[in-house]
Amino acid sequence: MAFFLLMSLLAYLLSGAGALLKGRHPAWGARIVPFGSLAASLFALVPVVYVLAGGSPVDFRASWSLPVGSFHLHLDQLSAWFALPVLLVSPIVSFYGAGYLRHHDRPLETDACGFFLQLLAGGMLFVLLASDGLLFLFAWEIMSIAAFFLVVFEHGDDDVRRAGWVYLVATHLGTAFLFAMFVLLGGMCGSFDFADFEGLGGVPDVVFILAVIGFGAKAGFFGLHVWLPEAHPAAPSHVSGLMSGVMIKTGIYGLLRVMVLANDWPAWWGWTFIGIGVISGVGGVIYALVQHDFKRLLAYSSVENIGIICLGIGVGVFGIGSAGPVARLAMAGALLHVLNHAVFKTGLFLGAGAVIQAVGTRDLDILGGLQKRMPVTGLSFLVASAAICGLPPLNGFVSEFLIYLASYWSVLPQGFPSVNLRVGGFVVISSLALIGGLAAMCFTKVYGTVFLGEPRSARVAGAADPEPCMAVPLRIVAALCVAFGLGGSVLMLLVSPAAARIHPLALAASDTTPLRDAALFYLNVTFAVCALAAVAYGLVRLRGRLLSGRAVRTGPTWGCGYPYGTPRMQYTASSFAQPLVVAFRSFLRTELGGDWPSGYLPGPSDFRTHTPGLFMHRVYMPVFAAFSWAAGWMRRIQHGGTHAYVFYILLALAAVLFWSLL
Amino acid sequence: MIDQSIIALLLLVNLRMFATSRVDSLVRCVAAQAFLLVCLAVVTHEGSLSWEAWTFLSVTGLVKCAALPALMTRALRSAGIRREVEPLVGYRVSLFIGLAATGFSVWAAEKLPMPAGAADPLVVAVALISMITGIFLIVARRKAISQAIGYLAMENGIYVLAPALAVHGPLIVETGVLLDVFVGVFIMGVIILHIRQEFRHIDIDRLSELKD
Repeated sequence: MAFFLLMSLLAYLLSGAGALLKGRHPAWGARIVPFGSLAASLFALVPVVYVLAGGSPVDFRASWSLPVGSFHLHLDQLSAWFALPVLLVSPIVSFYGAGYLRHHDRPLETDACGFFLQLLAGGMLFVLLASDGLLFLFAWEIMSIAAFFLVVFEHGDDDVRRAGWVYLVATHLGTAFLFAMFVLLGGMCGSFDFADFEGLGGVPDVVFILAVIGFGAKAGFFGLHVWLPEAHPAAPSHVSGLMSGVMIKTGIYGLLRVMVLANDWPAWWGWTFIGIGVISGVGGVIYALVQHDFKRLLAYSSVENIGIICLGIGVGVFGIGSAGPVARLAMAGALLHVLNHAVFKTGLFLGAGAVIQAVGTRDLDILGGLQKRMPVTGLSFLVASAAICGLPPLNGFVSEFLIYLASYWSVLPQGFPSVNLRVGGFVVISSLALIGGLAAMCFTKVYGTVFLGEPRSARVAGAADPEPCMAVPLRIVAALCVAFGLGGSVLMLLVSPAAARIHPLALAASDTTPLRDAALFYLNVTFAVCALAAVAYGLVRLRGRLLSGRAVRTGPTWGCGYPYGTPRMQYTASSFAQPLVVAFRSFLRTELGGDWPSGYLPGPSDFRTHTPGLFMHRVYMPVFAAFSWAAGWMRRIQHGGTHAYVFYILLALAAVLFWSLL
Repeated sequence: MIDQSIIALLLLVNLRMFATSRVDSLVRCVAAQAFLLVCLAVVTHEGSLSWEAWTFLSVTGLVKCAALPALMTRALRSAGIRREVEPLVGYRVSLFIGLAATGFSVWAAEKLPMPAGAADPLVVAVALISMITGIFLIVARRKAISQAIGYLAMENGIYVLAPALAVHGPLIVETGVLLDVFVGVFIMGVIILHIRQEFRHIDIDRLSELKD
């Protein structure tokens, strides 16, 4: 089985290198990345499915020449589960990317993009497989650096370069904490191998704090999320899909991987997760609602979904202490949401990419009426939007259903002694409901302003669906959303062993009946949906029959009886979100501007809103400005004269000599 | 007895290098320093010298006392400088620093752990003083030529330190280094000429445009 894993990593590497070295065969080169990705996924799926289906974990060790660490790959249920989105999404994204960049005017950079895409996907798989602290950091850096080069793909643009730096600084600040964590663990345990980290070296709380900050920077916990809204709009859309859908989940994976090694989970870990979950979920979705930039909105929505995952884990941590089904249900929900979010967020970014390529702008306020012009994109985007809102027949519902179920279990008066569980359950239910409502509003806004109504500007007029190599991945993702939604029962059974792996002491012992019950119950949803779909199909057929032979007239959506109607009168994204901006004014600090109409016969007027990132402007920029000031002061020693530098050397030598002789 | 007087003379020469403002005097000092150091190497050598050692020593002496000072003097003449007018550290202060450096060197030489068979600590001390003199010239003088002299003085110090510490076969290594120094000073002469032609001065503290 280890052979397949190594072959998969090799396929990523070779196809990436092949994209660079393809020579004079551009057509061949455009295919090597997607097909290499597909091959890598197929290779790796063999052991992943084997392990998820109940096989024993795959282990591989090789000697290497470094004095510390070891080349130790290990695939257990947890890493297999997280590998699933990587293997599922990366081929879809690379097929889409080949179409997305086909007409790019700099072929050399397109090749580099293919190379780094493979490096990113392979790096993510490597992160999930690495079972040695040092090897993990290696893989982590490969993944992070590859993502950086993908973000700065359009490096001619100042904003893109700035976004790249923000990402690079954020990811390395996170990595610094991970370094501290692994060095601490290595020092305490005497080895870097994960197997020796059992018990977290006797300092689980310190390790947990370092892990939350280090992995949280990658996962995009609110407060550490500042790179997401910068990097995702800057990157090419398929890359944003892969980063937002899959890469940030490696942060969740790392956190869980560390927690698995602890002997005991104190209650404050649970509160930490619930706190992060509430803040990320609500904060993320509110910020998403007020954005005008298509992809920035999606980036904030990723923060929201990370929050939902954290809520699930939080309830799971509390549930460990109690005998009931709470822990297993909640952990299964969180893990399922990892997979589901990967699918629908990729779909949303791919859809956004198709729109952006057709229209040439990311500004929501000047789009509109695209459903008629881009039916395939619009439909896929609709499906993915409904999925991210957690609406029933789709996959987002499955995972949120499990988290809700766990939370309801925890607050039911059945005699759970844990106060934490009770209170936590209430907090999770209320915040999940709030997040769900706001997310529905957010995606109503996106789908409504982009795809419904009439075009708000001339740019939209010529838009059309993308070519098949982009449209087919879109359809596939939408189909996956529906399939995972309908087959939710199967997914629940599939995730069960991985959820059990998260806390070997408590969860493995607890039985699988609650998940089986949930899966059986979920079958009702599937049947109901199928019945409803049959009814809807019948109604459509009926409508078709009734309309046959009659003349059907279509008119503009925004008629409304105005004699001088213009599409600009439609609700824009900004006006849709305006009530929310008012309601959360103290939190959002939205800047309002423009010339308001005044007098009886107002002249031309305009209105602007801008919502700067709170953490970016209130926390990080002042801190970095202070650092910059201190560093500027240090620059005085860079005098420029040779004699000054020789003097520094002299001082250093004299000091060393003096010190050693004393 | 002879080695003691050579060491005393070397001390005086070094102090003169701290205090003098005339660049041609600096060149003569560094030549004298080299001569005295070669003499010191001969005197402190244990046992009789082989003919190879004599060859190495004489070549070193020739290059250090004759060839390099001649190159320097030519560079000096072509650049048209006689004295260092505005040093970064004044001459009186320089002299005091020289005295302090002498004290530090003697103290350090006493304290330094020496390998077996090493020479008199005073020889080590005088080597250290020569090196400090060289570094001080680099740091505290403005003209590029004074700096080059500083490098030479430092090299002289290193030259005598090696036999003093009884390193095996130091003369051969030193001859190799000598070649480098010779080429270095040669190039320096050319560069000083070019700087002079380009900027009308050879003040290195004004050559800081490229600091970033």
